[in-house]
Amino acid sequence: MSFLPFAVAAWLFAVGLYGIVTSRHLIHLVVCLSVVQSSTYVLLLAIGYRTGASAPIFVEIPPGAPAVDPVVQALTLTDVVVAATVSALLLAMAVQVHKKAGTFDPDELDTLQG
Amino acid sequence: MSVLLPLSVVVPLVAATLLMAASRAWNRRGYDVFAIAAAGSVLVICIVLLFNSTREPMVYWFGDWSPKDGVALGVSFVAEPIALTLATLAAFLVTASLVYSWHFFDTVGNLFHVLMLVFLGAMIGFCLTGDLFTLFVFFELMSVTAFSLAGYKIEEEGSLQGSLNFAVTNSIGAFLILSGIALLYGRTGALNLAQIGESLAGGPADGLVITAFVFLIAGYFVKAAVVPFHFWLPDTYASAPTPVCVLFAGILSELGLYAIARVYWTMFDGVFGAGLVNLRAVMVGTGAVTAIVGAVMCWPQRHIKRLLAFSTVSHVGMFLVGVGLFSPVALAGTVVYLVTDGLVKGSLFFCAGILLHRLSSVDELGCDGLGRDIPYTGILFLLGGLGLAGLPPFGTFVGKAIIEEEAAHLGYSWVTYLVVAASVLTAAPVLRAGARVFWGYGPGDAYGHHSEAEGDEGEPETSEARDITPPLMWVTAAALLGVSLVAGMIPDLSIRLEPAADFFLDRGAYADLVLRGVTPHEVPLPPGAPLLKGAVIGLITALAAVFAAAMGLWHAKLPASMKGIIAKGLGPPFGRLRALHSGHVGDYVAWLTVGVAVLGGLLAATIG
Repeated sequence: MSFLPFAVAAWLFAVGLYGIVTSRHLIHLVVCLSVVQSSTYVLLLAIGYRTGASAPIFVEIPPGAPAVDPVVQALTLTDVVVAATVSALLLAMAVQVHKKAGTFDPDELDTLQG
Repeated sequence: MSVLLPLSVVVPLVAATLLMAASRAWNRRGYDVFAIAAAGSVLVICIVLLFNSTREPMVYWFGDWSPKDGVALGVSFVAEPIALTLATLAAFLVTASLVYSWHFFDTVGNLFHVLMLVFLGAMIGFCLTGDLFTLFVFFELMSVTAFSLAGYKIEEEGSLQGSLNFAVTNSIGAFLILSGIALLYGRTGALNLAQIGESLAGGPADGLVITAFVFLIAGYFVKAAVVPFHFWLPDTYASAPTPVCVLFAGILSELGLYAIARVYWTMFDGVFGAGLVNLRAVMVGTGAVTAIVGAVMCWPQRHIKRLLAFSTVSHVGMFLVGVGLFSPVALAGTVVYLVTDGLVKGSLFFCAGILLHRLSSVDELGCDGLGRDIPYTGILFLLGGLGLAGLPPFGTFVGKAIIEEEAAHLGYSWVTYLVVAASVLTAAPVLRAGARVFWGYGPGDAYGHHSEAEGDEGEPETSEARDITPPLMWVTAAALLGVSLVAGMIPDLSIRLEPAADFFLDRGAYADLVLRGVTPHEVPLPPGAPLLKGAVIGLITALAAVFAAAMGLWHAKLPASMKGIIAKGLGPPFGRLRALHSGHVGDYVAWLTVGVAVLGGLLAATIG
């Protein structure tokens, strides 16, 4: 089992967080959040991976033949649905912020301080 | 009877769907009545389940996928009294908020009601589920509806910004939780809480288990708003609609702490049990810092909803101390404190909503004396402030007394001072604001307020005549306060919860129930100790809060030397702390990252 997917997941999480922290544009920020989320896809799929196994579609493979773990794939799918919902909601809010405040820059939003 | 378990989630979700489908077919009152009826029936279901579960905990397996030979494949709901107490609180608060919002948002359709019902279903599912991934799904459902409810007033810049900060930080928290779940599944191949616990108990407390634990805890800390994961909370609470604030402050943050207790006692107790003393120190320490930071930030606020938000942070810190003591007695006390405090805080938010209705503002200085026409709301508000302080017979004093006593047993006798200090510092600003707004006490601007967040709301939440308070608004506020008061007068309330807390903390008994269908033994009630000391402490706390509120009002009359000391000694550090609450989501995420790193370092050093 290679460590590469785990390194990729950690990298995506870190780089996404860096993007959010330094972001100057709300749309960019939402996309960075999706980058963080994609690290969880990689992590989940890496955990279910088995070398040499086939996809978990059990109609065409002989019984007992190795298949990768379908549970984590189901979890990933749920995760994707969650991601779509959150991104859609956040993008809608970002557009609304631009309508109201005339800016996408989080540095210029200052109604809530102290 | 066990069929009621899934119904508690199915009813609100189906009701929300029907309401959505019925859009335009009904008028506004139709939506109101339907939503209140749905939430009310969920409340009844929760109460029935609660009383039933105190006699015998129950498990419901979806699709009848019950475990074979102690191996769980299906998804379960577990009915035990602690979870159901929280579910009942959630149902009660949602019902009250829906009644309260009878006069709210006259222009909008049914979306508000739909969101509230989905939110309710998600919270109850979160309480009852016995499966780690379902816990995450309900967490996300709860979060997404909460984001939409927080940003409901999309015409307001502040509301949007608060909701954005909320959504971004809480989503990162959710990704941390999911990563933790993935690691645990990788190790154990299971998703059922009891099953994971059995599997982990036989293995080592190595890096993978500690990492998974840190991810889960950090994720739930974001939701619970524990320092330094708390920055989003005041922004969100200050700008969300009032009925939504009641739910956020009354139950949402607390559910984060519930999840921490749940995942620890079902999964990690077996593997970390040896390092419990160190873990307790970390949790109690984090709770203490949260209680102090929240309390200190509470004092300078002039925006009343923001003030209540910081008091929520402080109280979450105290609950964390209670949960983090890892003892059944402290857990029972924490549940009592959490429920009664949630009710009092809900009532305070309802009063703030009445202010907003009458005066279009919740700015303490801007409304100076303007609330003279609504003295009854003022009395409710002041009573709420005293309830926060823990004045007997408000139920809050019972919970605090038990946490203090148990902490002293376990060698944390300073917790008493912490609880008193945090209670005084959170109750005093409430009393100060109430006295100033409703009776005009104190000179207008003598106190050095420099809060950026003023309390002027752009759009009023109501469109009815402003010269009267609709009865439903103050009735709900009074009802919440009344329930909290009555709860304090039930003798031995926390003693009755102790067998439930014992079961909650018993990983073996939980696994036996879920995996093998063995019901736990009947535990005799422990002897009740009189809470005289706690009542006296509560009384002293309330008096100190009144005194501190008076100090805040007549600040100008203090001797010049004292003012100098306050300005020089406290000004700069307070100013720096307040500057950290910048309203900038990037800063908040940076703090979140720091928090995860510190928490991970501490736990790796102490448990590993």
